[in-house]
Amino acid sequence: MIGKVGRALVTPPFYFRDVVEQFDAIGVGSLTVVLLTGMFTGMVLALQSGMTLDQFGARSMVGRLVSASMVKELGPVLTGLMVAGRVGSGIAAELGSMVVTDQIAALRALGTDPIRKLVLPRILAGLFMVPILTVISTAVGMVGGWLVTFSLLRVASSVYWNSVVQGLFIQDVWMGLIKPFVLGFTIVSLGCHVGLRTSGGTQGVGRSTTNAVVASSVAVIAVDYLVTQLLIVLMY
Amino acid sequence: MAIAKPTPRPPLLEEALAHGGPIIVFDDVELAFDDKVILRNVSFTLRTGHTKIFLGASGAGKSTILRLILGLLTPDAGRIFVNGEQIESMTEDQLIAVRADLGMVFQEGALFDSLTVRENVGYKLDEELHWPAADVDRRVEEVLGFIGLRDFIDRMPSELSGGQRRRVAIARAMAAKPRILFYDEPTTGLDPITALTVDKEIVKLRDIEGVSSILVTHQLRDAFYVAEHSAFAEAGDDRRIRLERATPQKEDEAEFILLRDGRIHFEGNATELREAQQKDAYIAAFLS
Repeated sequence: MIGKVGRALVTPPFYFRDVVEQFDAIGVGSLTVVLLTGMFTGMVLALQSGMTLDQFGARSMVGRLVSASMVKELGPVLTGLMVAGRVGSGIAAELGSMVVTDQIAALRALGTDPIRKLVLPRILAGLFMVPILTVISTAVGMVGGWLVTFSLLRVASSVYWNSVVQGLFIQDVWMGLIKPFVLGFTIVSLGCHVGLRTSGGTQGVGRSTTNAVVASSVAVIAVDYLVTQLLIVLMY
Repeated sequence: MAIAKPTPRPPLLEEALAHGGPIIVFDDVELAFDDKVILRNVSFTLRTGHTKIFLGASGAGKSTILRLILGLLTPDAGRIFVNGEQIESMTEDQLIAVRADLGMVFQEGALFDSLTVRENVGYKLDEELHWPAADVDRRVEEVLGFIGLRDFIDRMPSELSGGQRRRVAIARAMAAKPRILFYDEPTTGLDPITALTVDKEIVKLRDIEGVSSILVTHQLRDAFYVAEHSAFAEAGDDRRIRLERATPQKEDEAEFILLRDGRIHFEGNATELREAQQKDAYIAAFLS
């Protein structure tokens, strides 16, 4: 399937309208869940790390811990997991129902390649929107951390934000940007693959939806580890 | 814009595939899924402007034949010719060009449930043929008028009855004026009156629009109706369409193929099928 997607990317026809629709559905549609996840993760991270750092008299270092954790790991992974739950399942269910109701066969009979019309737009949306969602989630997480640090831990805002900046290195930022590209591609590809292989009527659609969520969630964690290891070797 | 012109063929091919020419040929086609044999040594020819009606029990391989012609499945052995081109070893991109001249009405319609009737019917014209919006609208209204559903143009498929969905599926299949139309169980599950409406559309498309067709069904009443009726456009400004009993010559243009366990058990016209039941217990049981 990936080979066909690659060929569809460089040869006509290209369904631009579907690409825009998928950018909206996958990107804008996932914004709320990603904002909430990022915010609460940043808040709880500040709360937990504040308690631990207190034991060493280092409460002022909370920002450094929040930023490093959010940018390198929690931002990409939690965004990936949220997108896997929301988008991966949605894609598998949608394509799965199209398969069992013969809509995919109808598309082909009408002269449309389902890979170009259905898969490529979703993969492009996953590839580009998951990194944007990750950046937003990470930024909101830091703001959440700041809210808790400022209001509950009584650390001055300037100290928190200074600590945030000190905790970040350019390699961390690159890691936080590269990972979601790979995760977005993985989640959407798995959702499409599982959806298009659906069989067995409505029961099969349910099975595909579950399989897509489970497979893409596990893949997010596994791919995160592999990409992290690769980037550490290449950049640090 | 001149609309609905079929793809031009080379002159010699056009002559070979004129009325009565072999527009679809199955030559010794075989297909099995794992150990289960679906089709065995199936050979037949659909002639331009004619109708083939496939009968058979559920699982006999009727719908599979349509999927093979469309290139949605690939045979294990044998050759398939569509419009003069051998298709069984074609790539998906090559098949898309072949499918440009084919229309298919799927079981249950297979309408795109996120699109309106207008968008479903105009899908190929808009997305694949890139007609201007005004031309798409005109053609969509024309074909919906042909099947009597012009008032339903802005409805969603979920708002239609089963019969209306099948008729919209026929409109979608005929919108780009393909030379060949396939109907996969178009009347199954419909009440007799709605089924008769669908049958009439099939006869009208064959006799008024000159479409070659393959009908897969196990509804005998519908099969015999399509085989034994003809449509005529009456003279006059409104060109009303009249359906009546077909002449014996016209009846010969509709052939039945009865499939049994993946093999062709009977091939012939309606009269021959009726006569065959005197000598063949399986045909007698099937027609009873």
